[in-house]
Amino acid sequence: MKKSVFFGAVATAGLLAGAASAQTLAEVQDRDSLRCGVTTGLVGFAAPDETGEWEGFDVAVCRAVAAAVLGDGSKVEFIPTTGSTRFTALASGEIDLLARNTTWTFSRDVDLEFEFVGVNYYDGQGFLVRKDLGVTSATELDGATVCIQTGTTTELNLADFFRANGMSYEPVPIETNAEAQQQYLANACDVYTTDASGLAATRAAFEAPDDHMLLPEIISKEPLGPLVRHGDNVWGDIARWTLNALITAEELGVTSENLEEMMAGTDNPEINRLLGTEGNLGEMLGLEADWAANAIAVAGNYAEIFEANIGEETAIGLARGLNAQWTDGGLLYSPPFR
Amino acid sequence: MSDTHANTIAFVRETQLPPSPPPAAETGAIKWVRENLFSSILNSILTLLSLLVIFMVLKGMVPWFWNSTWNANSLSECREAGTGACFAVIRERWPQFFFGFYPSTEYWRPLLTFVLLFPALAPILFNKVPQKALFFTLLYPFIGYWLIWGGSLGGPVATLLGVVVAYCVYRTLVAQAPVIALLASVAAVVIWMLFINGFAADALAGVFGAGLEEVDSRNIGGFLLTMILGIVSISLALPLGILLALGRQSDLLIIKAICVGFIEFIRGVPLITLLFVASVLLSYFLPPGTTFDLVLRVIILITMFAAAYLAEVVRGGLAALPRGQYEAADSLGLDYWQAIRLIIMPQALKISIPGIVNVFIGLYKDTTLVSIISMYDPLGVVQPILADSDWNGILWELYGFVALFFFISCYSMSQYSRYLENKLRTDHR
Repeated sequence: MKKSVFFGAVATAGLLAGAASAQTLAEVQDRDSLRCGVTTGLVGFAAPDETGEWEGFDVAVCRAVAAAVLGDGSKVEFIPTTGSTRFTALASGEIDLLARNTTWTFSRDVDLEFEFVGVNYYDGQGFLVRKDLGVTSATELDGATVCIQTGTTTELNLADFFRANGMSYEPVPIETNAEAQQQYLANACDVYTTDASGLAATRAAFEAPDDHMLLPEIISKEPLGPLVRHGDNVWGDIARWTLNALITAEELGVTSENLEEMMAGTDNPEINRLLGTEGNLGEMLGLEADWAANAIAVAGNYAEIFEANIGEETAIGLARGLNAQWTDGGLLYSPPFR
Repeated sequence: MSDTHANTIAFVRETQLPPSPPPAAETGAIKWVRENLFSSILNSILTLLSLLVIFMVLKGMVPWFWNSTWNANSLSECREAGTGACFAVIRERWPQFFFGFYPSTEYWRPLLTFVLLFPALAPILFNKVPQKALFFTLLYPFIGYWLIWGGSLGGPVATLLGVVVAYCVYRTLVAQAPVIALLASVAAVVIWMLFINGFAADALAGVFGAGLEEVDSRNIGGFLLTMILGIVSISLALPLGILLALGRQSDLLIIKAICVGFIEFIRGVPLITLLFVASVLLSYFLPPGTTFDLVLRVIILITMFAAAYLAEVVRGGLAALPRGQYEAADSLGLDYWQAIRLIIMPQALKISIPGIVNVFIGLYKDTTLVSIISMYDPLGVVQPILADSDWNGILWELYGFVALFFFISCYSMSQYSRYLENKLRTDHR
């Protein structure tokens, strides 16, 4: 009896949650703020500054979506999540969108019932070594001691890579990036391996960054992207096309500087459709006609966001690489706005 | 006669000889050193080794502190400016260490709350303070809540009214049946909080006006969060723990079963699991849109956790009392609660003081676990600072600062416990 009451309550709660999840757009508009899950702090991707203002590459996605939906990129409530709380926070409806450098994998998409709305950063696992080690390729790392974060996919990738190349290694298990930094600098390990963007940020923080180098091999695919819950396709479309709008804006040369000029109308019909001066794309999404223009106005197009947060001018100094437009030999390829 | 005498004895000392100084080896610093540091060969070796270790530590630390940099905007500037510690990060980020992301114009509110904490605690901690001051202590939770979270004064006043109503219910019924009075007052609080509180708060908000700017729980962090979690949980856990300990010894089967089950369940589950339940699972079970404050959830769970441990500590104190004490109370004609209040508890608690303070200190430090569920306690604040590319790579200064804070708090608690033990010592030693 008691059990059935309990399960009844859970089922009701589940139904209510399900019913609620199909109207995320209305909820966000009612609340007049977007709840966006981010990391508790990752260099370049999301971190609060000394005044508590969030900034970073993932944060820019949150702000763009908020601007597209609510017309104001500052109407975001940033909810910091850890690696273990992020999925439950999204599934339970505590957050509307998760932009927390999360790798798009089969099981997360299918089994955990999330919908990845695209890829905002193509990452991959790399190796950081001291230059005086005399190693120039990851295939020369036989017998090396490797600092590796436990319980992550990087650990499994590393084992696969060394086995496939018939090499042996000695793992030095560590918990956090900060700990890895200390261990590596104290010569407790020859190699530190994690996502290449993280390695670049770690190396940038060293006292003598030039004594260290990233090996050219990237041994895994880590497409990082924002995600939403299954079952609310309207909301998923909004997030997907906001990200696409940022990428398309770069492709079409729309920047935060020339945005107003372009809003007056251009000869390029795709720009006009994107910015809402032609066609009714905004209406189809259930948003204002200038939704994409608002999203771009917050921090500019994809290239501007990239350069401001993690690009070569910043301390992290990442090159565009895979994250260049398809026209420049990268993987960024937004479907057309038509 | 006297002359003869004077002539036969050549010299008579009329004053006492001044005491000669003790041998150099038996006086002052030398004696102390000989007795305490070099009393045997083994001790001499140990002393020399210890001196060597101290020297090595100081050799590293003194230049580190001496050459430290306070004025810099990033770690690389620090490295250019000096070879020592980079305390510039503390200078830039101290508001986050103390208040988290509390709005910077409102810092006076948590500060005032902190200052008021001392007069509120004084009558509980020291019995020289006039007991009338307890009145302020009772009001303090409401003042503190209003100052920190803000909003209209109506909310806290409405809740206070609820408590007053419950007290009146208790007073009117206590003469007839104490247990029924207690249950009725609890029922009054529940009814008030569920049905009347909302209207009363709205009505009173109209009277008091908008009040202070509201601050979201998510913005509370740093030492402020540690203090809120620690102090509230400690003050709630002690009474709850005592009740659990008494319940565990009770003859009433159901009460005993509930208490044993609660204690054993909580002790069998790691605190981190409970915190995950608080932050994640509860939002599955509650209907969407229910806002059940995260800080409140965490306080409830930490309190339950500490109470279960305290119950066992207090049970140890109860078990140490000789059976004769209970019988003496019975023979005086005291009822159960009188016996507990006047005879059993004062002695049992006195025995358990070191254990109780031990649990408190453990609880206080356990509050740092909330950084796992992404609340920015002092250790959690370190993470976003490290994620700022200006400060990425700095560690000792940040963790050292947090450690200093915790040491000060925990050492004060343990000193108070020593003071209390000495004050309450009544045996002959």
